[in-house]
Amino acid sequence: MLLEYIKQPWPWYISGPLIALVMYLLLKQGKDFGMSNNLRTMCTVLGAGKSSSFFRFDWKTQAWNLLVVLGTVIGGFIAHYFLSDGTPTEINEKSIADLKELGIIDHIQGYLPESIFIFNGSLFQFTILSIGGLLIGFGTRYAGGCSSGHAISGLSNFQLPSLIAVIGFFLGGIIMVHFLFPLIFA
Amino acid sequence: MKALKFILIGILFGVILYKSEAASWYRIYEMFQFRSFHMYGIIGTALTTAIIIVQIIKRKRLKDNNGEQIVFPDKDKSITRYLVGGTIFGLGWALTGACPGPLFALIGAGYWTLGIVLLFALLGTWLYGILRNKLPH
Repeated sequence: MLLEYIKQPWPWYISGPLIALVMYLLLKQGKDFGMSNNLRTMCTVLGAGKSSSFFRFDWKTQAWNLLVVLGTVIGGFIAHYFLSDGTPTEINEKSIADLKELGIIDHIQGYLPESIFIFNGSLFQFTILSIGGLLIGFGTRYAGGCSSGHAISGLSNFQLPSLIAVIGFFLGGIIMVHFLFPLIFA
Repeated sequence: MKALKFILIGILFGVILYKSEAASWYRIYEMFQFRSFHMYGIIGTALTTAIIIVQIIKRKRLKDNNGEQIVFPDKDKSITRYLVGGTIFGLGWALTGACPGPLFALIGAGYWTLGIVLLFALLGTWLYGILRNKLPH
């Protein structure tokens, strides 16, 4: 049955073109595809304009993107509760072994390792989640975009700045996973 | 009516991010270890399709639904801000397994601890805003 098929994890060759379709639908509405811009808009809504001119703009011109965010939240809810069969992410055996050795997991469950994301009140978890958030918020604005704005929108328009940003994304990711994870978790 | 369209586009995006496993922390970990094709397949086919879409829009001078020609402004030229900013974001992406899109999809899926990540991402964005003039761009 179709619903049973949909409930399985979607293959990359279906998912990738669908992400490009989202970009196209936004272009047709006269807008650009970029998610991290919403973090700036939310700061403006929360009154950050008092402390920096960077946040002094009419946030209503970006209200459409906040609606996309609202939809993304709803989409995550629908996908999780109605369109999933709970298959844990099947990743490479070597990566699973590495995660066990780091003490991050004893087995794969769902999408997120419990030791980091199921809150047990520890300062360690809170530190990881908060530093992670700070890096995402600061980095995306400094770079002027994230995976959607640079890796999809920018690269598809052959923007050299976006290529440099994506190289940065991977540089940071590799440093974190290869060099910092052993220091943080082991 | 227009508002509903944007919400629907967002719902489609959230469902794709979740069902593709791009919102899975494990997929991001594996991607940065270069041990699986999955994420590269997603990004590669998304990018290839997007390139074709952009080329068609440019060559056929397609208009948006408001009748305005769709334009693609060039990004400001610089190396420092993209490389340094990108690297800082990459560190956070690998640690939390979430870039801004999946962050919102995961909150919708009920993983409330991602709300802490969002809160501090807003703080990080605000810090950038107040330090911006002191940073090399």
